Amino acid sequence: MDVLKIATAGSVDDGKSTLIGRLLYDTHSLTEDKLAAIEKSSKQKGFDYLDFSLATDGLVAEREQGITIDVAHIYFSTRNRSYIIADTPGHVEYTRNMVTGASTSQASIILVDARNGVIEQTRRHFFINNLLHIKDVVVAVNKMDLVNYDETVFNEIRQEFQQLVDAAAYKNQNITFVPISALHGDNVIQASANMPWFKGTNLLEHLEAIDANDVQVKGQARLQVQTVIRPKKEGFHDYRGYAGKLKGNDLSIGEEVTILPSGHTSKIKSISFFNEDYETALQGSSITVTLEDDRDVSRGDMIVKSTELPRSTKQLVATICWMDQTPMTATRKYQLQHGVHKVQSKIKQITHKITADFSGDLERTETLTMNDLGEVKIQTNRPVHCDAFEVNKENGSFILIDPQSNTTAGVGFIHT
Amino acid sequence: MKSTLKKNALENEAIYIMREVQAQFENPVILFSGGKDSITLVRLAQKAFYPAKIPFPLLHVDTGHNFPETIEFRDRLVKELDLTLHVHHVQDNIDAGRVKEEKGKYASRNVLQTETLLDAIEAHGFDACIGGARRDEEKARAKERMFSVRDDFGQWDERNQRPEVFDMLNGKIDFGQNVRVFPISNWTELDVWSYIQQEKIDIPSIYFAHRRNVFLRDGLIWPAHDEFVYREEDENVIEKTVRFRTVGDMSCTAAVESDAFNIENVVEEIRQSSLSERGARIDDKRSEAAMEKRKQQGYF
Repeated sequence: MDVLKIATAGSVDDGKSTLIGRLLYDTHSLTEDKLAAIEKSSKQKGFDYLDFSLATDGLVAEREQGITIDVAHIYFSTRNRSYIIADTPGHVEYTRNMVTGASTSQASIILVDARNGVIEQTRRHFFINNLLHIKDVVVAVNKMDLVNYDETVFNEIRQEFQQLVDAAAYKNQNITFVPISALHGDNVIQASANMPWFKGTNLLEHLEAIDANDVQVKGQARLQVQTVIRPKKEGFHDYRGYAGKLKGNDLSIGEEVTILPSGHTSKIKSISFFNEDYETALQGSSITVTLEDDRDVSRGDMIVKSTELPRSTKQLVATICWMDQTPMTATRKYQLQHGVHKVQSKIKQITHKITADFSGDLERTETLTMNDLGEVKIQTNRPVHCDAFEVNKENGSFILIDPQSNTTAGVGFIHT
Repeated sequence: MKSTLKKNALENEAIYIMREVQAQFENPVILFSGGKDSITLVRLAQKAFYPAKIPFPLLHVDTGHNFPETIEFRDRLVKELDLTLHVHHVQDNIDAGRVKEEKGKYASRNVLQTETLLDAIEAHGFDACIGGARRDEEKARAKERMFSVRDDFGQWDERNQRPEVFDMLNGKIDFGQNVRVFPISNWTELDVWSYIQQEKIDIPSIYFAHRRNVFLRDGLIWPAHDEFVYREEDENVIEKTVRFRTVGDMSCTAAVESDAFNIENVVEEIRQSSLSERGARIDDKRSEAAMEKRKQQGYF
């Protein structure tokens, strides 16, 4: 089934939870018992309307504080397809959650409060969306009911936001503006009678039109081996299947391939998925391939077309989003996980970080603390077979694992 | 040979996760309840490692209050796929006096499973437990990671979860810790049912409409079973055509009235349904934060 994953970001007061609750309600994805729970809760709190935000605020701790503290996943579907919303909080200390949510999303919704316009937080949300090359960004100007559904207000916000877009590093994004009232439902799944001046499509119509399988930049085929399948049973004595998820582009049988790091070459003999063989696999498929020749291939090795070799390097320059309580400092060592391939790494230099106002300005720094974004030079003990992030997101990113705490301490986006 | 492999994003993701579990852990296990979600996990594991056999044993935490249809089904599946099955009984812990059975109208052994599960993990030294939980089931589950690290006491610390960026899974743990793995996190109930239909996966018969003795309480249909399910004198047993949407401990699994006699009917019923799946789970009705509390204590 077709799935579109959307990252949402917005502050506590932008009405993000209300918007999500509204989407669930209007697409009939809120079940009767959930709706009853919302009605009960709204009544207890003394609201005279349904508080849809209660549909999404998950954990006890955050219900007590009235904030969202982590990435929550919310599901709704239309006749057309399924949607997964990765909902992340907006406050300053949670850049890491926003990066996490956006990393697997094809689209995002940025909420702007019509009364406040573009604020620092809007800048941060857009910056992260741009950094992660999210293809479709919808700017939902919310609470239009509180500014009398005024077209001028909407246009001013649009112009202000457009300045961010013009200044952004990554240019290949589709940016769409929609004036809405999540509370009353204007332009969420129906055209608003209060805003006849708005000629664009409503929010859901716009989401429905996004092609989930359309990758902006087609990269080159990369098959990193997760595991070698060697069945010990009749009929499969010499079978060696290399199992992994195909990334970047499609792969077909007969293709001349090179195995990295050994550099040995062979041809793709078969591509299978469970008990069926295929001529071609599309990128994103979890397949098993066999090779014409008996080659030494193990977990973490990469199979690529011989004419399309990735960069094999022990020196990486990357933008890092730091996610751990313990700051990153130069000379510290981390385990670097690129896809499923793990190597040892050492921080050579922290070049600079992005200033906290997300204007895009840079400042010198010795350390990266949690939620910082900075440029870092890294040395690895073994080569990493990678692409630049802008060419192949999945083969152009890695995580850093703290050897003491075992936690995922940061994520990196590889530069060209 | 077929020409082009079509993409099923959810299935590809789940298979990818299964393979990561096998590669990153020494001693993984599939938590198997006999329910549709764990049956789906078994199929995904089968696909991930074909033509080799599934490299994980199954663990069934048995409350003793099973639907007999589920146990028959379990044993048949284990035999068919040549799997290893470990069964741990809640009854053993009750007999040993380590946990106390609930009493009264709402008595259930569901909560008692946690202790038995943790014992089993320790006894076998499992470092990864693959479970069929889905994020759409319940709001505390919505924040669960694919790889969820638990401490020696099986506890979940929702404020200290590892970020999961792109598809990279970090399964690095210390001795004594273990990871709960949820390959079908992103599936909805409808996705699971559609998959069962598409793959023609066999499931226990209680998922389909059948005549059963039941009684009504709090607007829910409870299975009537004098040994396992407590019933007040004025709660009369009646016969109805029902099916179960989840398969759990008999004392906490409500039935729904249904005429869905086959998989096509079930998928259509789910599509149209307006009662969420856990709405028929009596254990979640206890309080708004019921699931979150159980998870912090090590519930699966």
